[in-house]
Amino acid sequence: MTTTATPATVPPASIARRVAAWLHRHRGTRLVVILALPLVWLGLIYIGSLFVLFLNAFWKTDPFTSLVIQEFTLDNFIELFTTSVYRTVTLRTVGMAALVTVTCIVLAFPIAFYMAKVASVRKRSVLAVAILMPLWASYLIKAYSWRLILSEEGVLDWVLKPLGLTGPGFGEIAVWLVFTYLWLPFMILPIYAGLERIPNSLLEASSDLGGRGWMTFRRVVLPLSFPAVVAGSIFTFSLTLGDYIVPGLVSTTQFIGNVIVINVAQDLPFAAAYSLVPLFIIIVYLLIARRLGAFEAF
Amino acid sequence: MHLRRMLGLLASAAIIAGACSSGSASTAPSQAASAAAPSQAASGAPSQAAATPGPSLPTELGSTQGQTINVLSWPGYVESGATDKAVDWVTDFQTSSGCTVKYQVFGTSDEAYSLFTTNPEEFDIISASGDASLRLVRGGFVQPFNLALSKSYPDIFPALKDKPYNTVDGVSYGVPHGRGSNLLMWRTDQVNPAPTSWAQMFDPASGYKVSIYDAPIYIADAAVVLMKTRPDLNIKNPYALDDTQFAAAIELLNKQKPAVTQRWVDYTKQMSDFTSGTSNVGTTWQIITNLLKLQTPPVAVDVIKPVEGATGWSDTWMVNSKTKNLACAYAYIDHLTSPAVNAKIAEWFGEAPGNSKSCALTVDTTHCATFHADDDAFWQDVWYWQTPTAECVDGRTDVTCKSFDDWIKAWTEVKG
Repeated sequence: MTTTATPATVPPASIARRVAAWLHRHRGTRLVVILALPLVWLGLIYIGSLFVLFLNAFWKTDPFTSLVIQEFTLDNFIELFTTSVYRTVTLRTVGMAALVTVTCIVLAFPIAFYMAKVASVRKRSVLAVAILMPLWASYLIKAYSWRLILSEEGVLDWVLKPLGLTGPGFGEIAVWLVFTYLWLPFMILPIYAGLERIPNSLLEASSDLGGRGWMTFRRVVLPLSFPAVVAGSIFTFSLTLGDYIVPGLVSTTQFIGNVIVINVAQDLPFAAAYSLVPLFIIIVYLLIARRLGAFEAF
Repeated sequence: MHLRRMLGLLASAAIIAGACSSGSASTAPSQAASAAAPSQAASGAPSQAAATPGPSLPTELGSTQGQTINVLSWPGYVESGATDKAVDWVTDFQTSSGCTVKYQVFGTSDEAYSLFTTNPEEFDIISASGDASLRLVRGGFVQPFNLALSKSYPDIFPALKDKPYNTVDGVSYGVPHGRGSNLLMWRTDQVNPAPTSWAQMFDPASGYKVSIYDAPIYIADAAVVLMKTRPDLNIKNPYALDDTQFAAAIELLNKQKPAVTQRWVDYTKQMSDFTSGTSNVGTTWQIITNLLKLQTPPVAVDVIKPVEGATGWSDTWMVNSKTKNLACAYAYIDHLTSPAVNAKIAEWFGEAPGNSKSCALTVDTTHCATFHADDDAFWQDVWYWQTPTAECVDGRTDVTCKSFDDWIKAWTEVKG
């Protein structure tokens, strides 16, 4: 015969409550529990894969089967630094990234300033939606649309025809246009966020002290919003540095990404070695940004 | 307080990055693929695959019911009615066999090799051209094929059997599928007179807007031209180039460069360039011409095999050494190489069928004559893609030839 359990008169504390109470008493464990997942994610998935990439760069492949041979060699780096085409491609990519970044800053600043300091609340939200909307469309659709716009007898040629002009066609100018279009929102939004944080009273104070428009902009607005510009430029610069789809679609020119892609299939260690180049460039970029006071200004 | 502001800025940046996740997702698959490869390399999986001998010849295939096979194929080789309702050799097979067929297409042999080898268990069968097949065999990625289990094999043209790109050391690695030649296409409404030779396409003075195939193997196309225009170089096989011959081919490609308006891998890209007029002369496949003529409005194009001959392909259906769906893999290869289906594919893609009985079954009764399916003389100047190796593939032993990794580096340099 079995005995049945008698129902408890006092409801026991639920498991969740007891765990919460225990965690409250053990602060160290609580920290570990909260940070474990993000740390594993960061450590294993991000840093771990970067480490494998780094390791691969020192290996080589079988020239016939393209299989990776795990033998230490510096050949990939020697080839990278002694072959002129890789230098050309690297410089071209960095140049394009810089050009796209500057163009984005020039285009984004007035828009962001208007949104943050001039526009009414209503206009501001309309503009915010207008800027965010393109981000909802697939990157590929936008890139392919530019193919239609820029192709011979495409939309741009058709629009310019009555003026006796033709579009730039496919090529490096096309790459520049498409990148600028794609990454512009990534520049506008940080600058907008940065400008919004500048109290209007500072602008008024500048004006009270006799600072005219340009003076106020140069001495007050620009220094205070500079970190935001740098934050935006990190996006536009690094996104341009890594992209290989746009150049393939609207030009016949190679950028770092294109060279990496062709080598991923055939010579993975070399692709890994070349991947370290943009990584290195970005690290240098961030260090320069820090030295410029971008991170201290806040 | 400074820190808090910066965090606020970073948070807004994170929101932006999040909003853009739809955009960056498009590049994610290839990143995932490239990320997958190093981890495999680290665990040593591929080298193990290379070391262990492939499984012995299968004799029993078992039941096809409920198996799903994933096919890696050239565009147009597997059609399920998605491109054109009438073009379908998947649905009937699925009904009759109980197999489910999925497929993915590739644009170059290099892409195929990369997809197949970085995901060693993903694809059950592959249509491999000669510049992928040997690498797949040597790497241990495909398994020996038991030809006795293929109903189609006895009917395959003898000229396609026992070739170096499908049979290694007397062991067969698959069923030949068909062969074709790369062709020269031009816009008949823009280019007059019609081009007759590759040499014209390589000469910027012709004034063409040229579209070329974007793969290292395209260097062989330059070598084919040099075989005619530079007899002093004494090129016997465009895939066996010593230092001097290779340098001449690269020089020719550099000379062509000002005329090149697009390089294509994705055939839809070449189609859009010919439609818009960005390019008006180019190296192509028959299927691209067919599709351009089918467009509304049709694009005025024509193709020829130029006087120099051409590079081309001879493809073989091969089976993954790690497949778990052997029954459906064999069954579908048999279906694809059977007289009726092989005829459909040959007509759809625009190539010579591999099955000799297909010639009686094509809708266009002259198809086999047009594509010289049984005319071995025609194929004398068609150089099937094959992987260049340091040991010259034309049999020379007194020199070392440029191997494929040299071709890849050189192709990067030609593109500049």
